Amino acid sequence: MLNVLKIAIRNLARFGRRTLLTFTLITLGIVSVLLFVAVAGSFKAMMIGQFTDAVLGHLEVHRRGYVASIDNLPLNLNMQPETVEKVERVLKASPAIEAYSGRVKFGAMFSNFTETTSIRVNGIDPARETATTPLLPGRVVEGSRTGALLNPGEILIPVLLARGMKVKTGDTVVLVATNRDGSVNGKTFTVRAILESVTGPSGRDGYIRIEDARSLLRMGQPEVSEIAVRLRNPAQLDRVYAQLSQELTGSAGSGGKPGGMAGKSGGSGLEVHTWAALSPFSNIANMIDLLTVFIKIMLVSIVLISVMNVMVMAVYERVREIGTIAAIGTPPGRILSLFLTEGLLLGLGGTALGIAISLGAIYALNVWKLTFDFGQQQGLVLSPAIGVKDVAVIAGMVVLMALLASLQPAWKASRMDPVRALGHV
Amino acid sequence: MALIRAEKLVKTYRTGEVEVPAVRGVDFAIEAKSFVVFVGPSGSGKTTLLNMIGCLDHPTSGRLTVVDTDVGTLDRRAAANFRGQHVGFVFQDFNLIPVLTVYENIEYPLIMVQSWPEEKRRRQVMRLLEAVGMSGQAGKRPDQISGGQKQRVAVARALATDAQLVLADEPTANLDQDTAYRVIELMKKMRDELGTTFVFSTHDPKIMAAAEVVFTLEDGKLRRPSEKSAAVHA
Repeated sequence: MLNVLKIAIRNLARFGRRTLLTFTLITLGIVSVLLFVAVAGSFKAMMIGQFTDAVLGHLEVHRRGYVASIDNLPLNLNMQPETVEKVERVLKASPAIEAYSGRVKFGAMFSNFTETTSIRVNGIDPARETATTPLLPGRVVEGSRTGALLNPGEILIPVLLARGMKVKTGDTVVLVATNRDGSVNGKTFTVRAILESVTGPSGRDGYIRIEDARSLLRMGQPEVSEIAVRLRNPAQLDRVYAQLSQELTGSAGSGGKPGGMAGKSGGSGLEVHTWAALSPFSNIANMIDLLTVFIKIMLVSIVLISVMNVMVMAVYERVREIGTIAAIGTPPGRILSLFLTEGLLLGLGGTALGIAISLGAIYALNVWKLTFDFGQQQGLVLSPAIGVKDVAVIAGMVVLMALLASLQPAWKASRMDPVRALGHV
Repeated sequence: MALIRAEKLVKTYRTGEVEVPAVRGVDFAIEAKSFVVFVGPSGSGKTTLLNMIGCLDHPTSGRLTVVDTDVGTLDRRAAANFRGQHVGFVFQDFNLIPVLTVYENIEYPLIMVQSWPEEKRRRQVMRLLEAVGMSGQAGKRPDQISGGQKQRVAVARALATDAQLVLADEPTANLDQDTAYRVIELMKKMRDELGTTFVFSTHDPKIMAAAEVVFTLEDGKLRRPSEKSAAVHA
């Protein structure tokens, strides 16, 4: 085998310029794909992190039908205390769950005493909410960043609302909300801080303490609209989603992937949703995945065409040589392996070089700390990273394609009639 | 017992609807350790005959026995195996592998065809390099040596596997007269030293004169062989 390898290397070196060109093509292809996967993966992970760690949590538990009418933030679909207790028991028992936070969500009128607009209000327990969505305090762009996130009678408002209504921290504002019975109640709040906006419907979300929310809505008992859940390891989302769906709804759910689904409600009247089911960003995440597939298909095409081209030429130019080695008794299988080895070496060489350059470029991008803006969020740091599995899959794919591309020319060489080959001009 | 025996050997090529007879029912026998030449004008069937003896081509009819094997019955793989075990080839254009050195070209069949162990391989190659007078050129590539030297290397490669039979189709056609004669002398010396049977073809009367047995082909038919063995072997 070593001798086959030696001859294959020398044959590749014999047509140095052509070999170099093919190496370059494969290398460029590998670099393009790995950098795209690393950068797009980083962008996707960062954006998912922004949604899960600042707004949604990884999973949310609702009463059945709540998400279907979430635009109205229906109060009559809140979870009752006994249901909340049951959910909390399940969540506490699961070691995969790091934190959870019950929220009361409702729509209200927001007034600065001269103008009025609508606001989506989240009634939260600040400690639990911060544990569940740890990036929430980091969204404060104006106001106190120290001490408790919210005190009784205080409100956090999004920057869009603050600018539109010309409201500053320390100002007094009024929230007016309609409770489940249809009666209207109002309550004044002090603006504690202004939050940077996030893309999507949550861009108009304000936060007050959950007791204030219940007081404003005149709730007789501690209901919650939703329970947001944070996992210790987001990579376990699918598994935990299935487990919670089973335990809370009696159904295994349909997976936690973007564009997925909810665990269908069983007799409990509950639903479990992953972040992807609740965020429009899941479509962008899907598009990134789709683009990655297309880029990989392009890489496969580049490798296939370039290696096949080189190997077809190699066979065509060496017909007499093939005739000679066949005539002196070289078994067809060994001739096949000689040409396959040449194709394999082209793939391996280009892949190794491509991986080395890509890893260097990814390292450089992390050192330079490039920033970018996404929607309302500015100055996000690009931190491209690529997993061993991704590198292995792409490298394997390229090497396999190089082998496949060599197969036909190698087969042709091994089946060549020595008499015709020796007479080839 | 003849090393090669042909009985009513026929080879016909088909080009579209046209059948072209290349060898028309020849009978001959070649003894082991002999030095035989096939002569004749272009198109007389010399190369076709050598190709059939070397299992590169199949007879259309008749029987051809080489080293006790009916080579007409061998399939592609078996024919390759037979060539690797029993037959060496010397080509008109030398056909050395350009990416390998002189040493590696001679070593090639011992690795790729017969898988000899390294030390045994080294001894064999060194012995043949010495025998063909190419010891000093072992590390050179084919494009760094002359035509005559290339053909010496080709002879050494043909003998590397201790083949019983070496076939050489016009081995001197691309060499000047002196070099050609030296190559033929080398082949004869190898026959004498190793007992290998050499069968070759040529147009050249001077080269022809060096052979011990001459078969003359005309239009695919064989004229009676001329025997000179007594003089040569003496």
